Amino acid sequence: MTDFLDPFERMIAALFSPAAVRAAERGEPDDRAWSELAASGFLDALVPEDAGGAGVSFADIVPLWLVLGRHAVPCPVGETMIARALLAQAGRAAPDGPIAIAAQAPGAAGRVIGAALGRHLLVEWEGNLYLAAVPGEADGGDRELAASVRWDSEAATPVGPIVPGGLRRAAAVLRAALIAGAADRLTTMTAGYANVRIQFGKPIGKQQALQQQLAVMAEDMVAARIAAHIGGAGSFPPALAAAATAKSVASGAAARVAAIAHAVHGAIGISEEYDLQLYTRRLQAWRLADGSESYWNRLLGAERLAAPSGSVDFVRTALAPA
Amino acid sequence: MFDTLEPSSLPPEDEALRSRVRALAAAATAARPADVRARSWQGFDADFSRKLGAAGLLGLTLPKAYGGGERGPFARFVVVEELLSAGAPVAAHWIADRQSAPLILNYGTEAQRQFYLPRICRGELFFCIGMSEPGSGSDLASVRTRAERTAGGWRVNGQKIWTTGAMHCDYMIALLRTSGSAEDRHAGLSQLIIDLKAPGITIRPIVDLTGDAHFCEIFFEDVDLPADALIGAEGEGWKQVTAELAFERSGPERIYSSVVLLDAWARHLQHIGRDDPAVRALVGDFTARLATLRAMSIACTARLAAGESPVVEASLVKDLGTAFEQHLPVAIGDDLAAHPDEPVSDELYRTLTYVTHVAPSFSLRGGTREILRGIIARGMGLR
Repeated sequence: MTDFLDPFERMIAALFSPAAVRAAERGEPDDRAWSELAASGFLDALVPEDAGGAGVSFADIVPLWLVLGRHAVPCPVGETMIARALLAQAGRAAPDGPIAIAAQAPGAAGRVIGAALGRHLLVEWEGNLYLAAVPGEADGGDRELAASVRWDSEAATPVGPIVPGGLRRAAAVLRAALIAGAADRLTTMTAGYANVRIQFGKPIGKQQALQQQLAVMAEDMVAARIAAHIGGAGSFPPALAAAATAKSVASGAAARVAAIAHAVHGAIGISEEYDLQLYTRRLQAWRLADGSESYWNRLLGAERLAAPSGSVDFVRTALAPA
Repeated sequence: MFDTLEPSSLPPEDEALRSRVRALAAAATAARPADVRARSWQGFDADFSRKLGAAGLLGLTLPKAYGGGERGPFARFVVVEELLSAGAPVAAHWIADRQSAPLILNYGTEAQRQFYLPRICRGELFFCIGMSEPGSGSDLASVRTRAERTAGGWRVNGQKIWTTGAMHCDYMIALLRTSGSAEDRHAGLSQLIIDLKAPGITIRPIVDLTGDAHFCEIFFEDVDLPADALIGAEGEGWKQVTAELAFERSGPERIYSSVVLLDAWARHLQHIGRDDPAVRALVGDFTARLATLRAMSIACTARLAAGESPVVEASLVKDLGTAFEQHLPVAIGDDLAAHPDEPVSDELYRTLTYVTHVAPSFSLRGGTREILRGIIARGMGLR
């Protein structure tokens, strides 16, 4: 698995430097970066080999998505991986270019992460998938690269049936992994900063109060990562319990991790020119995207309450890594 | 960071132990109400421990030559998970199985291994751990109880406190000062096996806020021990204890202390049919956290199985785990009392009350929250 992970991380780090991320956020995405990504074959990582893809397992995709989070990748790379895999499952050729994903009703406006850069939208509605064009000018693009998107069932191409909720579950696991990746980067950055920032004659990281906060940050980061792995441990698209666990824990961690990162960095963390904000803004956006912790908790809780087993048995049988 | 904690799964041959443990645990707990089962860690039942021993479920990680199962830490994970989720009484064999036996195997002489280990595996010998003293809890380096060399062995004077189950146990493995003074910190500490029937020992149970008595204070007045009471190397006690704590901090026991209450509450909700969005969200939150903590604990167990001593990772799991265990009674109490017109059985109420009252101890036993976070901070390169 690591034999393709390291090359992937090197490529992503080269293509998406903080300067490149900022350029994309200004509405100047680097088309060359996307071409290079497409040429690398990683966009078809989840596509089975007999359909021309790399045939990487869902479990082994999660580490790639962690990498995307660690580099605050602005393009919908993970989304496109999911879309191309689902299109291949339905026996459809995938369009070129970035594909954003969403579960929303036709005609209704929905806020979609990555839509500001996506050319296509793979959308789930009433148990079916549709491929739609993202309107030339999606409303309300912002620095998070989300946009308010409306799709039209008349103009969209029907792709085929999907297990109801499947697209949103896959998106939830992606968000969880992105959160965990960004949290990992933030924990490293913040611990590093605490070791060099001097106040009262010594690094602030020598203060026990800060050490305790940073330890909590690390705990949240590791929990988010393990939860993301739980999300990818079973089938693709994932079961409800797996997706819910991943997104609930990661979304719950996101706001706390961002808060501690800023608290330790002090005022510099708020400034545009310092890289911290690239990751903390993403954390907040990914926390809300595709259902917050409460959304997934309600679904998971309903499934748990409908089960006759005890809590440990439920967790063991519904969520154990495959 | 902390990439060493990787998802892992329980091997099928260890999963296969589950049904055997479950049958024994079910038989032992059938007649016990939830508030008694919630006392799982404190439930002393020598007969049950002997049954586990006879079924080959104790000393699972020990070599067969000493009566063990010659299995890995994953086997122990399965057994402990089943016992705690059933609320089975584990106190009798708990510490001997988890800590004393691995310690004796790793540091003991061949004679010590042959004497103690088979008896532990049969559920016949029970151990307690003498670490804390008045004025010396998390700061174990300040231990003052002394063991001095005599012609025939060692003479112990001093006092231990907060020792779990000492009144029922056969032996204590104590961290004692064998040279120097408290100013020497970690240097000069050694571990000794103390026969609790030796003359000069007084054990006094300490009644806790629930009315139970599990902690003890123990006084040593010129207690003479044989030369072979020393376990491991003289002066190496601190190093030995640190490795031992990784066993204590990473297991499923740091997740499941409130699980009997969680299940009793879930059954209550199912019984009365309350299934609104708020309670679904609460149940879902508990479930997601439990699933993640379990996966983290299994990941930590995999490090132990690989022969490592994952001190930092275990601290991480324990701190998150005890926070979860402590959050459960608070949130469940709030949920139940937010519905004052809903009938709550005496059994559920007593279970809630018991877990609520003992929950503060969850983050104390085996290292306080602040100490654990300090260990994590060291792992992050901050100290």
